[in-house]
Amino acid sequence: MAIFLTKDSKVIVQGMTGATGMKHTKLMLADGTNIVGGVNPRKAGTSVDFDGTDVPVFGSVKEAMEKTGADVSVLFVPPAFAKAAVVEAIDAEIPLAVVITEGIAVHDSAAFWAYASAKGNKTRIIGPNCPGLITPGQSNAGIIPGDITKPGKIGLVSKSGTLTYQMMYELRDIGFTSAVGIGGDPVIGTTHIDALAAFEADPETELIVMIGEIGGDAEERAADFIKANVTKPVVGYVAGFTAPEGKTMGHAGAIVSGSSGTAQAKKEALEAAGVKVGKTPSETARLARAALSA
Amino acid sequence: MEKGLTRVDLFEYQARDLFAKHGVPVLAGEVIDTPEAAREATERLGGKSVVKAQVKVGGRGKAGGVKLAATPDEAVARATDILGMDIKGHTVHKVMIAETAPEIIEEYYVSYLLDRTNRTFLAMASVAGGMDIEEVAATTPEKLAKVPVDSNEGVTIEKAREIVAQAKFPAEVAEKVAEVMVTLWKTFVAEDALLVEVNPLAKVANGDVIALDGKVSLDENADFRQPEHEALEDKAAANPLEAAAKAKGLNYVKLDGEVGIIGNGAGLVMSTLDVVAYAGENHGNVKPANFLDIGGGASAEVMANGLEIILGDPDVKSVFVNVFGGITACDEVANGIVQALELLKSKGEAVTKPLVVRLDGNNAELGRKILSDANHPLVQRVDTMDGAADKAAELAAAK
Repeated sequence: MAIFLTKDSKVIVQGMTGATGMKHTKLMLADGTNIVGGVNPRKAGTSVDFDGTDVPVFGSVKEAMEKTGADVSVLFVPPAFAKAAVVEAIDAEIPLAVVITEGIAVHDSAAFWAYASAKGNKTRIIGPNCPGLITPGQSNAGIIPGDITKPGKIGLVSKSGTLTYQMMYELRDIGFTSAVGIGGDPVIGTTHIDALAAFEADPETELIVMIGEIGGDAEERAADFIKANVTKPVVGYVAGFTAPEGKTMGHAGAIVSGSSGTAQAKKEALEAAGVKVGKTPSETARLARAALSA
Repeated sequence: MEKGLTRVDLFEYQARDLFAKHGVPVLAGEVIDTPEAAREATERLGGKSVVKAQVKVGGRGKAGGVKLAATPDEAVARATDILGMDIKGHTVHKVMIAETAPEIIEEYYVSYLLDRTNRTFLAMASVAGGMDIEEVAATTPEKLAKVPVDSNEGVTIEKAREIVAQAKFPAEVAEKVAEVMVTLWKTFVAEDALLVEVNPLAKVANGDVIALDGKVSLDENADFRQPEHEALEDKAAANPLEAAAKAKGLNYVKLDGEVGIIGNGAGLVMSTLDVVAYAGENHGNVKPANFLDIGGGASAEVMANGLEIILGDPDVKSVFVNVFGGITACDEVANGIVQALELLKSKGEAVTKPLVVRLDGNNAELGRKILSDANHPLVQRVDTMDGAADKAAELAAAK
């Protein structure tokens, strides 16, 4: 089992014909992902050969879904065009849109999130500014290296890309059901809580590792959720204890969230919810091993 | 140092200009950087002015950074006092010569900002303005109205009236404040701002409502459609190493420790700072000297640029390169290290600082081999993150 992404997922790539899209489509195919198409209105009707796999290019997400039954889109669209591409995916009601693009303006991500909400959230958005998600041995939707680890019993949700890889590497001998990089942007689609709920419901996930970072109050809210809803063991890691405070002029943001957003506050909130929190990624991996053998 | 947030905080005079551009009522004013210029500026305002220090920190009034000048001569004297003044660690390089406000009857607060938790924008408004809004929020939260604003619906005059009603503005100013809420929203959207704040928004003797002071933070990620924003960045204030790093497109923040840090990905680099600080507890309390994220898919050139910046920091005593190759290939990183050391040698700059390198992930074996083959006396490999951090801290403490 897995969350959000399985071997049956039919994946399209928005922005496939750009350099980044080409590079990662090739890698996703190598990991066994069932990529059924790319989207680029200017190249509709053509196809791209990836080492012998011919991937057709469609003019729109809607057309790609109609012709292939696609249910996942991975977006490598540049920041200036990302909002329009996400809105297109929402309009087509594709069940999952994974937005890899880094550097999207906040007014754009807030706009597409508001749009998704107004449309009834029929499209799950992961990201933006994230590495995507992988279900080892089944499918890879994004840029997480497919060769770090194998299928297993740990579920991982992380704000950070490279810390996702580091943690998968530390626990590579045990393996993962799914690993989800949700991204660290101020406005993201899928949250820690969404992934925690999905891992809790996934019968093959025995332990959940969650990685947080300074900023916002997502970890504090995840801690409340864990306390009330998660029965599986959760091990946590928070990065940014020694990070300098942002060069802010005011603290209007802190008033809104009601949290200082510091690593210490997040660690304390998680520990109060029964989550074991490691001081370093390696210590976190040791805590995960101990929890699994308990 | 929040990931994904690349904000540019503006000076008051820059905020004032943007407010004026979008129709928020403000007083006349201009910015100057020499005392003598205060004379003409004050003459243009009819002979009297307010001299206001331009610093990106609160509490300048209490610190003596805002003074009334009744004549052009007095304005020169006040500008002389204020220019060069230190306000909470910020040196005053510019002052705004502003029109004097009519008699202030009441002071309000209004702002728009992002509400991360609810993934929406938020209007905040209060009749208890003029003071620290954090204090209002903490002591009398009922006096601070918070109203969600849908990004796609925006703030119409009807929405603005709703915000004003929730904040319980007096009837005689309600419509004027609502109009300000509309023009302030225009500023927020048109300028791709992360924060627009007016404090105080003053009701003056003739019944007008005027923005007397304000803050604006802009989103650097929107620079592609905001060509005028680059000129608003305060390049003079940046640390020289930070400025050099930015010129090379590197995400670098100077810190006050001794261990130079280079890594890939903001999360891993933040984690590296923490791990080095923990290791430093056993080695003379050395700390990380900087944050430097070479990003995903970095080339040898990017790595070399990063290393050159770090080695150019006189505070750095050892360097820790911590890379987990996802998109980034470890052989590129290794080549970057070798190239940077050769480049510095060819420039005649002696490198004396030891480097500890940990490479894992994409092409790690190849990267490690490149370092072994280069066999540079200052470079040593440690293959775990905790072990490498400990070694880097030990070397920094020994120097």
